[in-house]
Amino acid sequence: MRAFRRSIDVTPGLGRSFVAMGDGLTAAISISRAAVGPPSFFRQVGAILWKDLAVELRTKDILSSMLVFGLIVLVIFNFAFELRGENLILVAPGVLWVAFVFAGILGLGRSMAQEKERSSMEGLLLCPVDRGAIFVAKMLGNLIFIVILEAITLPIFAAFFNLPVLTPGVGLIVVLGTLGFASVGTLFAAIAINTRAREVMLPILLFPIIVPVIIASVKATAFVLDGKPWAEIWPWVNLLIAFDVIFLAVCFVTFEYVIGE
Amino acid sequence: MSAVSGKGGVPTRKGDNLVNILGFVSFLLIAASMYMGLVFAPEEAVQGPAQRIFYVHLPQAVGSYIAFFLVFLGSIFYLWKGDVKWDVLARSSAEVGVLLTSLVLITGSIWAKPIWNTWWTWEPRLTFTLVLWMIYVAYLMLRWASEGKQGARYAAVLGIVGFFDVPIIFLSVFLWSKGLHPRPAGMDPGMLAALIVSIFAFLLLFTYILIQRWRWETSKEMVEEMKLKLGR
Amino acid sequence: MIGAQGFKGKSIQASLLAKSFGSIHALREVNLEVGAGEKVAIFGPNGSGKTTLIKVMATIMRPSSGRLHIAGMNPGENGHDVRRLIGVVSHNTYLYDDLAVEENLAFYGRMYGVENVKARITNGLRRVGLERRSRDRVRTLSRGMQQRLSIARATLHEPPILLLDEPDTGLDEAGQAQLWEMLTSGYADEPTVVMTTHNLKLGMSLCSRWTVLVDGEIVSEVAKENSSSESFQALYRRYAGAGT
Ligand SMILES: Nc1ncnc2c1ncn2[C@@H]1O[C@H](COP(=O)(O)OP(=O)(O)OP(=O)(O)O)[C@@H](O)[C@H]1O
Ligand SMILES: [Mg+2]
Repeated sequence: MRAFRRSIDVTPGLGRSFVAMGDGLTAAISISRAAVGPPSFFRQVGAILWKDLAVELRTKDILSSMLVFGLIVLVIFNFAFELRGENLILVAPGVLWVAFVFAGILGLGRSMAQEKERSSMEGLLLCPVDRGAIFVAKMLGNLIFIVILEAITLPIFAAFFNLPVLTPGVGLIVVLGTLGFASVGTLFAAIAINTRAREVMLPILLFPIIVPVIIASVKATAFVLDGKPWAEIWPWVNLLIAFDVIFLAVCFVTFEYVIGE
Repeated sequence: MSAVSGKGGVPTRKGDNLVNILGFVSFLLIAASMYMGLVFAPEEAVQGPAQRIFYVHLPQAVGSYIAFFLVFLGSIFYLWKGDVKWDVLARSSAEVGVLLTSLVLITGSIWAKPIWNTWWTWEPRLTFTLVLWMIYVAYLMLRWASEGKQGARYAAVLGIVGFFDVPIIFLSVFLWSKGLHPRPAGMDPGMLAALIVSIFAFLLLFTYILIQRWRWETSKEMVEEMKLKLGR
Repeated sequence: MIGAQGFKGKSIQASLLAKSFGSIHALREVNLEVGAGEKVAIFGPNGSGKTTLIKVMATIMRPSSGRLHIAGMNPGENGHDVRRLIGVVSHNTYLYDDLAVEENLAFYGRMYGVENVKARITNGLRRVGLERRSRDRVRTLSRGMQQRLSIARATLHEPPILLLDEPDTGLDEAGQAQLWEMLTSGYADEPTVVMTTHNLKLGMSLCSRWTVLVDGEIVSEVAKENSSSESFQALYRRYAGAGT
């Protein structure tokens, strides 16, 4: 019976009425007029996501800090590496991704800190919501913020270094790379926020795990810029896809263990 | 319900004796493998005496992979069953694993110096080991930075995520740079014997260390439990 | 039918509940049974574990050991069904500063799958006296107004069990007097209530059972009809003095 209920728990929105055969719940439903039937998984994801986007739209807290930081990274790297002429095409993809990842980590940390500051994560945990839905919503929010950051940074990068990065190929790689980065990042941000030295914990946890994402994204971007045939680029894109699929699943499943005390 | 079961983990006299015997045997075997590796095995034609470090290097690498797999198992079972003994297994294995990867990196550099004329090179297997080392150092840092059952859950999640990452890191690092790691081509029977003895010896030694660590951590958990029962 | 009559058994059954944070033992072996419709007050000095107990019962904190049943269900297995029955008001308001008053309620309404959200929001805001401020951002409200809004938030889905952790935080005299009114006026039947407060008078007047929590243990439990408020206050002072 226990296993049966658990299995229902992971398929949100489906078959919950079966559980209603349990004695406690029949009573529970008869007494609660206000809450009729559980809202679906996706409606709850939508509600949380809408809330995050609305708050960000008003404060621009996360986006502005990420954007400024990303630009600073680009400029600093320009001085550090003499980004001109010969070595440009070799170094530029790395610079681009370092800017994305550093700024992204900043955003991941901020968005989780917002939930923590006024204990609003506890408010979410009070709700009858799948922990997986909270993960999906948070992850999508982070993904959207980081992709917006990237969409603004890319043209600036193209102008700064006179590189043709505004192509569908680069766009695909950016989105795939960011998806993997954002899913693991969302999970780890939820962990780091409750540890000592939380600011440094997030990069320490995240960087080693996303090494494959960084390698694959940088390589694939470099190959695209270099005009290499797609046959050479595909292995990297496939690697990104594999990472995304595996870690979306792993993070979705494990998220419930990292929230709440 | 209680955190530490009355069985398995409790150090007993009888258990002590068995573990001591294991420790003694592994000590003897290590001595034997030293002899086999340094004296008995013939010298390798191309690399000369430097190749002999291989007899400790490889067992360490094998041991670290096993240790990280145990971290994974311990983590999964801890999240699933919630029994502290799984967490103890995971955290003990992580420590042993980090120790071993550190040794792998060090012996690898020592070997690389005469052969490749450099302490470090971004060769795929070295790079892979380094990333692995970083993940599990982060694991230990996370344990330090968080407390109680929450810390144990966090660590378990990292133990699972890290393990799923291993094959992807391996693949990406190998695609990233072509390897120049020595391949065991046509090994002399003497070398093979020395290798097998040393792998066996080191694995016994690691098991011994792991068990000792595990018993120590379990005792610590028991003391905590007793403190709680006594009310302070 | 609203209210707790629906269950045959207890609304809350906690036995040997314990919670520790590393080496800090916030709760040790708490036993508490609350029947349907019953009102229980928990008093205790700072750091005695009141908030921890409320959070464990609200299923946002996992107990380290012990058993907890809410309306006969185990929160570990039927988390959703349990959470739907619970409303929590605490010193944290669980509101979003940058969303408007009604947007906050709309958000929680969606999370709980509340029907007729519009009407219920209007009702709730009227109950707590905030109908004029529905378009304002929470950031612009005073602390007491935020607490009022938090009450509307917690009762939006009409939960039969209310867990209140210092619900009087920031409320003015009138607000404290109306606290009960704001919380339960929407109910046809009395909800089950467990509340903590440092305001002994308020807690004693609202609840029919008074308990004292010291150092993570319930050291005393008194029924209203068996005690006078003076003797309970004296009793509480003895415990609270010894507890810290
Ligand atoms: N997240 C936490 N991490 C570590 N310790 C905690 C945590 N939350 C509470 N504690 C500890 O648990 C004990 C009980 O705290 P709790 O907040 O439950 O007390 P309280 O009775 O609500 O106090 P107050 O009257 O001040 O609100 C305290 O010793 C506190 O330090
Ligand atoms: Mg409190």
